[in-house]
Amino acid sequence: MDYTKTIQELILILIAASITNNFVLTYFLGICPFIGVSNKVESSIGLGIATTFVMTLAATVTWLIYHYVLVPYNLVFLQYVTFIIVIASLVQFVEMFIRKVSPPLYKALGIFLPLITTNCAILGLTLFMVLRNYTFLESIVFGLGAGVGFTLALVVMAGIREELEFADVPEPLKGAGITLILAGMLALAFMGFGGIISG
Amino acid sequence: MLKDFLKGLWRENPVFVQVLGMCPTLAVTTKAVFGASMGMATTFVVVSSSIVISLIRRFIPEQVRIPMFTVIIATFVTAADYFLKANFYQISKALGPYVPLIVVNCLILGRAEAFASKNGVFRSFLDALGMGLGFTCALVVLGAIREVLGAGTVFGYRVMWDGFSNWIVMILPAGAFLTLGLLVGVFNMVDKKISVEKK
Repeated sequence: MDYTKTIQELILILIAASITNNFVLTYFLGICPFIGVSNKVESSIGLGIATTFVMTLAATVTWLIYHYVLVPYNLVFLQYVTFIIVIASLVQFVEMFIRKVSPPLYKALGIFLPLITTNCAILGLTLFMVLRNYTFLESIVFGLGAGVGFTLALVVMAGIREELEFADVPEPLKGAGITLILAGMLALAFMGFGGIISG
Repeated sequence: MLKDFLKGLWRENPVFVQVLGMCPTLAVTTKAVFGASMGMATTFVVVSSSIVISLIRRFIPEQVRIPMFTVIIATFVTAADYFLKANFYQISKALGPYVPLIVVNCLILGRAEAFASKNGVFRSFLDALGMGLGFTCALVVLGAIREVLGAGTVFGYRVMWDGFSNWIVMILPAGAFLTLGLLVGVFNMVDKKISVEKK
């Protein structure tokens, strides 16, 4: 077993998922909270952390279920139903757990947790994980990286939108329009990172 | 009755007005034909899940309605996915994980929650059909614009003159954001003009 090679691959997955193939800006996953929530930097950091947490957990749990339950028992056609149930219950469980263990953390993250179930980034993550045949360790790192990337995009966007309040936006573009155009510019900027790991 | 159907096409258009279901809208519209197939798949899912949910709405306990809706939607998405895989393999391959991601398309859950769970079967059917067609139209328009500028074709037919150099950016993620942002702006402008004229 070549450990340095494995670690190198894991780091590559982490960087790819968080920056060069950013979930929001290249796969269009998690756009709803991206447009809806990203008004304040503070709340987007909260949502970002909560999402990263759930993503890492979801990648772990769905990998185990997919490879130890669905594949051996020939139930792959139940994949979507299973994954969405796992994610929904995971979010519920995390919410209860945090409330019990750390009330301050719950206070900070609590309102964001229910929103996460319908975040397509999480289901997208689990689907990509299966499509790309990641190993167990790779899946966890992939989940973490995707979460970090989501947080990054969300926070950058929130920062821009805070400034935007003082800008003179044309009437028809107010709201969703200007946010989407800004996202386009961000996507262009993130394309600049593309060269990092091609070599 | 007719109003239930028509409102999805313009007044409450899921893409341009409600800004719902963004992931597939942005991700698959590199070509008009992909937009059309994604739109039809989504229409199928939203129509059939609305009918089922409206039929059983009296038997669903209030507390577990969201998970129930999600499972019903996931079932129809699985059906749509297998149908595409069996009959239109190329398209299914091109759409990739975005077909299963219809599960978390907020448009569908939104219709289930806001309309089908409160109204009769026929009205829910019309509502879902209108929303699905509105969604499809938006996707086709977006796909056609991106295809014309990005590849010089519409539905695979060459429409641009010979010396036309493709705008590569239009088929990249950034192009999706920019085009949709501007389209939302144009939509708002036209909508405003119409409502002013009516007065």
